[in-house]
Amino acid sequence: MCGIVGLFLKNPKLEPQLGAMLSKMLETMTDRGPDSAGFAVYGSDGASEAGSVKLTLRGPGPAALRSAVAGLEEALALSAQATERDTHTVLAVPAERETEIRDWLRANAPGIDVVSAGRRMEIYKEVGLPASVAERFALERMTGTHGIGHTRMATESAVTTNGAHPFSTGTDECLVHNGSLSNHNDLRRRLRHEGLTFATQNDTEVAAGYLSWRMREGASLEQALESSLTDLDGFFTFVVGTENGFAVVRDPIACKPAVMAETDDYVAFGSEYRALVGLPGIDTARVFEPEPAKVYAWERVPNQPVSGERQ
Amino acid sequence: MTDHRQPPRTKPRLSATFNPDVMSEIRRAAATGIYDIRGAGAKRALPHFDDLLFLGASISRYPLEGYRERCGTEVVLGSRFASKPIHLKTPVTIAGMSFGSLSANAKEALGRGATIAGTSTTTGDGGMTPEERGHSKTLVYQYLPSRYGMNPDDLRKADAIEVVIGQGAKPGGGGMLLGQKITERVAGMRCLPPGVDQRSACRHPDWTGPDDLAIKIEELREITDWEKPIYVKVGASRPYYDTALAAKSGADVVVLDGMQGGTAATQDVFIEHVGIPTLAAIRPAVQALQDLGLHRKVQLVVSGGIRSGADVAKVLALGADAVAIGTAALIALGDNDPRWQAEYEALGTTAGAYDDWHEGRDPAGITTQDPELAKRLDPELAGRRLANYLAVMTLEAQTIARACGKSHLHNLEPEDLVALTIEAAAMAQVPLAGTGWIPGKTGI
Amino acid sequence: MPSFDLRSAPLRELNRALHALRPDTNETHWAVTGPDGRHAIAAGLDAPISVEIEGNVGYYCAGMNKLATVLVNGNAGVGVAENMISGFVHVRGDASQSAGATAHGGLLVIDGNAGARCGISMKGVDIVVKGSIGHMSAFMAQAGTLTVLGDAGEALGDSLYEAKLYVRGSVKSLGADCIEKPMRDEHLRELAEKLAAAGLTGEVSPSEFRRYGSARTLYHFNVDNAGAY
Repeated sequence: MCGIVGLFLKNPKLEPQLGAMLSKMLETMTDRGPDSAGFAVYGSDGASEAGSVKLTLRGPGPAALRSAVAGLEEALALSAQATERDTHTVLAVPAERETEIRDWLRANAPGIDVVSAGRRMEIYKEVGLPASVAERFALERMTGTHGIGHTRMATESAVTTNGAHPFSTGTDECLVHNGSLSNHNDLRRRLRHEGLTFATQNDTEVAAGYLSWRMREGASLEQALESSLTDLDGFFTFVVGTENGFAVVRDPIACKPAVMAETDDYVAFGSEYRALVGLPGIDTARVFEPEPAKVYAWERVPNQPVSGERQ
Repeated sequence: MTDHRQPPRTKPRLSATFNPDVMSEIRRAAATGIYDIRGAGAKRALPHFDDLLFLGASISRYPLEGYRERCGTEVVLGSRFASKPIHLKTPVTIAGMSFGSLSANAKEALGRGATIAGTSTTTGDGGMTPEERGHSKTLVYQYLPSRYGMNPDDLRKADAIEVVIGQGAKPGGGGMLLGQKITERVAGMRCLPPGVDQRSACRHPDWTGPDDLAIKIEELREITDWEKPIYVKVGASRPYYDTALAAKSGADVVVLDGMQGGTAATQDVFIEHVGIPTLAAIRPAVQALQDLGLHRKVQLVVSGGIRSGADVAKVLALGADAVAIGTAALIALGDNDPRWQAEYEALGTTAGAYDDWHEGRDPAGITTQDPELAKRLDPELAGRRLANYLAVMTLEAQTIARACGKSHLHNLEPEDLVALTIEAAAMAQVPLAGTGWIPGKTGI
Repeated sequence: MPSFDLRSAPLRELNRALHALRPDTNETHWAVTGPDGRHAIAAGLDAPISVEIEGNVGYYCAGMNKLATVLVNGNAGVGVAENMISGFVHVRGDASQSAGATAHGGLLVIDGNAGARCGISMKGVDIVVKGSIGHMSAFMAQAGTLTVLGDAGEALGDSLYEAKLYVRGSVKSLGADCIEKPMRDEHLRELAEKLAAAGLTGEVSPSEFRRYGSARTLYHFNVDNAGAY
């Protein structure tokens, strides 16, 4: 039960302000989710060079993260570029060594979680009010092409950082959710059987895992979201990010609120209109509510105009 | 020659699985093709307050003198955000019951009895009647998914607002009122065609979930200028989460209704198979408030099968601030009274078992809209009976509290209780009598 | 004319000031700026005043309105004019879901589109939507009229009671127990009245609309209807 915000830029000139815009949007959704907050940002610079991947690690604090990174570098004879942000550290490492690094961390660095992996995506999340979470990680100064944020009012699972959104669904993939699923326990058991692992009892993590699994089996993001409409029971509004894409889907009953705005410069999502108030040109934007059981997706292919909804 | 002696035969044996009750229900279903609808709450045997006992004072603790040394019973509900919280003389309140399911006389009697006793009564799914407002000093106005009879003037006239999300008899279900009771007056108040079988919605029409509930509560506060306490009522199923979320959404008071709590009409399968017993619901709800630092700041009102001052004392000891009674109040008015036995038999039932409240043919004149039957209930006399009963419950609860050395009912604690059965010990999280064992919590 | 900027003064002050007005007040016209999607703006009014809001409003704007006229020069969030008793609420832009939910009376006009569940459980209100309406609109609608110049989404009028639905455009699907009914003279007259009240006389003709209402087969529990419950 929560607030969601999302921003997908079409105009590269806005990229330096992505974090500033997203952090304002996130703060307006404080009432909907005062327990914890989180966000995923897709950096402009492609951050990692070809063949390398960014891992966002989360730990109890900078010292613990630093010592884990030092241990990792020594044990695996690796030189990783580390960017520290409070309880999170982003490591740029060679893509082919990701599994090895994850295994080493699991075995040797208890308390350090890999929150996300991606060429461009970084995920930050913490317990606390959205404004303080945004400030801790200096969201305001982040740049990028798109970002998704979430404020959480925990329903059934615990108020912990692990239960905070976004949940990563795979490399450069993330998902946030507003609503409450009713068949996630059985689905989690099925997905575990398929080899997926889950860290929480959270229903959203199951939805994220479900999409990863469908895409692993060959579905496109849109196809995976389509099939979620049959396989997930309950109430949901999902916003999903991929390396170059942004998608929204609501369950067929669509009780949970969703407002979108589209201009030539961006596509924005808010659980309430309040979240969109400060965006440039919002007064003349096309503001609409996504229809139930319909997948909305936008994609940016380098050097081409953004594809997706626009009427 | 034929041997005429009979060989010994097995005594006819009834099945425990397919017992006569089960078989009669199968035959009823086969004959009618529709589920059984009835009133009241769960009738099956459940772990209940009878399975708890108080540890009276002795040498280690000192009791209070009955009648002479004070044992307070007053309670304030809604002190968190409301500028006008309600003050009651006794923690026993009257639960929400609609005009429609009950006769106007019965609603008036509830108001009269509650007012004499210094407690509150509550409207139901169908709006507020002038009789009810007139005779209730403190009236809680229910805000339900159907919004039948929902009127801002009545909202402003109310002393508190109760946002109903569910009830113990049917958590997750909407209300029902069958055509026999949708008279012209009831239909008029609900904007329905007279005589329809009314089905109420199970979700509110303009919000779902705690994030949107918070906005709904904000609206109700704005409309009433932040004066009235706002209760949120839930049927007991996941009481820890639901209590926490009601509190996070901004409620002043959480009302928690266990599965023994009654209903005017719903499917029997719902009443008997959905939700959890009142006894099992209280501790998780209290824990939720404690975890949020809101215990006693957000008040907890518990209902569902509360019958005596002993039950009241036990509910308060487990951490609630007040209780609500529905079925027990109707019995005090005269429901299921053996004096109407002949008429109960004519309806195919017996005094004590009558639960076809939805049919509107209540011989006691309570759960009916039939003017002739309704006349049988004198609201003044019935109100007096209810006031007497409320006084007895309060005195009984005080008797127990004094024996435990408490100068106020609210000082009763879980540690004043022990359980007679392992089930009750586990659910109430108090030790099995004579041991220190709380199943699931402590070693033996 | 009193005016109120919600960016500089709290909502609570605005609503308190509006609630304090007596029926004979001289302050009959109020202007509100800077709503920025805030909730419960001008909720619970109870005097024959008019409130003009410049911008987009959040949930429950003009909720439970009585007597007052509320004009929104922008879009409205969830449940605009929910449970209205009387008066007039006019949204110049689009309205989110549950517009006019459970409203007992008065007139709600939406110039743009209305989202899902428009007129859910309505109990006597007249709603006129110049654009289209979303799915599950007029669910369990009990009384009043819902007039739509555009199209209706899925499951229109599911479990309908006695509300009357007039739709000029297409209907994606009808909900359980909702059927098309013949447009008789009395309906044309009624519709003309509603269109006139919404200021649409001469712009559209009642004859362009179709009428939908309850088949009344779910009014009584019946085993043959089990699939519809």
